[in-house]
Amino acid sequence: MQNYSLSHLEELESEAIFIIREVAAQFQNPVLLFSGGKDSITVYHLAKKAFWPAKIPFPLMHIDTEHNFPEAITFRDQLAEKDGINMIVKSVQDSIDQGRVVEETGVNSSRNLAQITTLVDSIEELKFDACLGGARRDEEKARAKERFFSHRDEFSQWDPKNQRPELWNIFNGRCKMGEHFRVFPISNWTEMDVWQYLKKENIDIPNLYFAHEREVVNRDGVLLAKSEFLTLKEGEAYENRIVRYRTLGDMTCTGAVTSECYNLDDIIEEVAATRITERGGRFDDRRSETAMEDRKKDGYF
Amino acid sequence: MSYLDMTLLRFSTAGSVDDGKSTLIGRLLYDTKSIFEDQYQALEKSSNLRGEEEVNLALLTDGLKAEREQGITIDVAYRYFATPKRKFIIADTPGHIQYTRNMVTGASTANLAIVLVDARKGVLEQTKRHSFISSLLGIPHLVVCINKMDLVDYSEEVYEKIRSEFEDFGARLAINDIRFIPISALKGDNVVTRSEHTPWYGGATLLNVLENVHIGSDNNLVDCRFPVQFVVRPNTDEYHDYRGYSGRVAGGVWKVGDEVKVLPSGWNSKVKSIDTYGKSLQEAFPPMSVTITLEDDIDISRGDMLVRPNNQPEQTQDLDLMVCWFNPVALKLNGKYAIHHTSKAARCVVKKILYKVNVNNLHRDQEDKTVGMNDIARISVRTTAPLFVDRYTRNRNTGSLILIDEATNETVGAAMVLN
Repeated sequence: MQNYSLSHLEELESEAIFIIREVAAQFQNPVLLFSGGKDSITVYHLAKKAFWPAKIPFPLMHIDTEHNFPEAITFRDQLAEKDGINMIVKSVQDSIDQGRVVEETGVNSSRNLAQITTLVDSIEELKFDACLGGARRDEEKARAKERFFSHRDEFSQWDPKNQRPELWNIFNGRCKMGEHFRVFPISNWTEMDVWQYLKKENIDIPNLYFAHEREVVNRDGVLLAKSEFLTLKEGEAYENRIVRYRTLGDMTCTGAVTSECYNLDDIIEEVAATRITERGGRFDDRRSETAMEDRKKDGYF
Repeated sequence: MSYLDMTLLRFSTAGSVDDGKSTLIGRLLYDTKSIFEDQYQALEKSSNLRGEEEVNLALLTDGLKAEREQGITIDVAYRYFATPKRKFIIADTPGHIQYTRNMVTGASTANLAIVLVDARKGVLEQTKRHSFISSLLGIPHLVVCINKMDLVDYSEEVYEKIRSEFEDFGARLAINDIRFIPISALKGDNVVTRSEHTPWYGGATLLNVLENVHIGSDNNLVDCRFPVQFVVRPNTDEYHDYRGYSGRVAGGVWKVGDEVKVLPSGWNSKVKSIDTYGKSLQEAFPPMSVTITLEDDIDISRGDMLVRPNNQPEQTQDLDLMVCWFNPVALKLNGKYAIHHTSKAARCVVKKILYKVNVNNLHRDQEDKTVGMNDIARISVRTTAPLFVDRYTRNRNTGSLILIDEATNETVGAAMVLN
């Protein structure tokens, strides 16, 4: 008798596609939040699969801090052009210029918090009722308690203590005017699952994820790339290293890892052997023990 | 063996502060190299700040500020680890009675449940509660870990006594596969590696059970059920007449050429193709997400269900349910609620509250019919439109539904079909 079982990647894919279709069915005006990182690229690929042979029935939106790696932006634009994507780009610089948010200053400043305002304003302006994102529960401890369908009130706030129970495969996306949902189809995926899936499906990702030579500065153990947005502290100096990125955020807060991984097979092997979590190199999470929860309550991804 | 052959196992754990549940999860994560150095250092730091001598692994899952402040787990936490054979998803739920709803949530998608028993204390009310909820939610496999064996000198006698105590009670559960393992989560006995201290135990280690338990036949492969989730109409030149019905197979094995009956319209047709991204399949089975096209043009929309003409679910507006209540506002007799069942939405009115179930001893309470938060009760409801249901024990996908308060939109109850 044939063995009717799926591999772990097939089952995770099936779950994610189910969630994405549920969003298209339950909401009037969804959007896929796209950062150009591997997780949102994965969600985009899953969305393509979910609606084939039709096109994805909602737009993509990128909240551009303008502190991104230029390689990530090039990748975004090329993908949008190739696939004919309706890509909405909203700029944090605009929010700053309009006085909606005040830019942080100082050596460790970043636009990580500023993008919350741009995101929330854009959701209100464009009246999105569901935002699909690539967040995963294994990334961070506050995200471990996140739902697939995560309710946000009219202020885009997350109330972690009063979340809707989620059972079986039944999702409740009912909301009132002005409220919305954040939806995370790859909640149950780990970093390793994403790398394995990218390999299995032969999906293109920005070359930043592969080993390359780059000028970096070592700040408290985090390797930050040289850029116009970074101010060196006294005694710091740039050096040339062979590095790659495990996660992509702003250039100001995303650390590189020393690595000689030139392709996905190398990366899968490296991730299997590694002893530090992928967000270990993110300054934005290190600000306090509950940095992620605090930002999420305010409307962060 | 490559990662392309790995399978997925979802399991739930439940327990309270002192029965060693967090230690056990920590042990599984640590021994399978799934806790990272920076996570471990962060835990060490937090534990020290809290004045604790040992590293408190509960802090790994208790991520919310309120949880860390109060030293309790409020919500279901999901944890992940993998071995070369399987990827595991742990739904880690708190064990207090006031968190029955979390236990129910965690159990709803689990293939297996781990119940912890403290070897010094034996089978407690809480043990029974976890086991009963696992049984009620239709978890097919139960592993009873008799923990803290190191504190009873690895005594076979203690182990056997607890085992027989549990078996007396377990006879009342609807779980066929119940296993017992003597462990010490703290010392690592029989968790990942076999213990030298229990030569009298001939069974497998916990990880071995988790890696090898057969889950292939846990899905219903007999009754073909396909709730239509979304209709795909590309309207492009290439796929001008394409009309596909997307969804996740909820039961049975679907094959190209199979006879199909569409509910509720009653039209018959045949499966023309089973499509996924850019390729067609010969068959589909649970829990695959696919798109089915039919030989005939029939009006079908979300909420309809494809089945086989000779094997149909019950079509009814009268449901007999076991409901678990999640809301501080009690269930209202004659109250109206929105209902979500597979891809179908309807409304219902509560006709009867028959009895409440005491989750500690399975006794029926027919006197007190106030169904409040964390209560489990048998009720009957009438729906505005017929639903296509199977008994929950036969099919978890077509036998489950949720109740929603129409004023607040909150999910207030989860129910299993008993019809």
